[in-house]
Amino acid sequence: MVELAIFVLMGLSTLAGGVTVVLARNPVRSAMGMLASLVSLAVIYVVNLAHLVAAVQVVVYAGAVLTLFLFVIMFIGVDRAEDTSETIPQHRKLVAGLALVVAAGAAVLVWRGRFSWTPTAPESVPIPNGTVQALGGELFTTWVLGTEVTAVLLTIAAVGAIALAFHRRSGKASAEK
Amino acid sequence: MLEVTPGWYMTLAAALFLLGMTGVLIRRNALVMFMCVELMLNAVNLTFVAAGRAAGVLDGQVSVFFVLVVAAAEVVVGLAIIVAIFRRRETASVDELAALRG
Repeated sequence: MVELAIFVLMGLSTLAGGVTVVLARNPVRSAMGMLASLVSLAVIYVVNLAHLVAAVQVVVYAGAVLTLFLFVIMFIGVDRAEDTSETIPQHRKLVAGLALVVAAGAAVLVWRGRFSWTPTAPESVPIPNGTVQALGGELFTTWVLGTEVTAVLLTIAAVGAIALAFHRRSGKASAEK
Repeated sequence: MLEVTPGWYMTLAAALFLLGMTGVLIRRNALVMFMCVELMLNAVNLTFVAAGRAAGVLDGQVSVFFVLVVAAAEVVVGLAIIVAIFRRRETASVDELAALRG
């Protein structure tokens, strides 16, 4: 019963945040909508006993990624009005049609797929408890290669971002000499 | 009594993914498009957690970890590219970045 209440509340606020991201004119409001979505999803993760994932979601997504987004929004300027005219003919209708097709496909998959809709007997499958110890054990034994590749990927991303930030146009550089 | 089954989580994830997809298709601000991509990634994360719970294994949560790391790396590089483009062209609208148009 508690799970149902949390699912309805947090699911609604996740979707409301998503709608805000898509529809808000001001990018800062989009970022705030994304924050609502991310935090609500973290609560849903806690209900599913994914404790570490929920904590990382809040720290990495709501903390680091969203702050980075806000930095760039402020840097680029928030007061630029977005052009809402349709440059591609029938753009919105095309998007709506495509969204309907995808929604129909998702509905078929969700209804006819192998997801259970009837409640199973309690304790039929024990819910995996995603504590730091359990998840760390998995990450550093079974998935250790993936974890190490991830470290390489993060290093490359950091180096690439710094290289992009310090990159100067050759023409400008020669003009300064 | 009504109980939340994996089907409900999949429905929520599908709705969130659809929202993100619509946003990528209709918005022109590169930053907002990026946020919509993040929404789609989060929808997929939710399916991983729900499916892992239904199967009773931890692998779903491990997958979420890798998705999170790749998303973080993608955001860092993507935002750096957007800032670099903005410095050069003074715009973040994808409509005005049509230099490759024939």
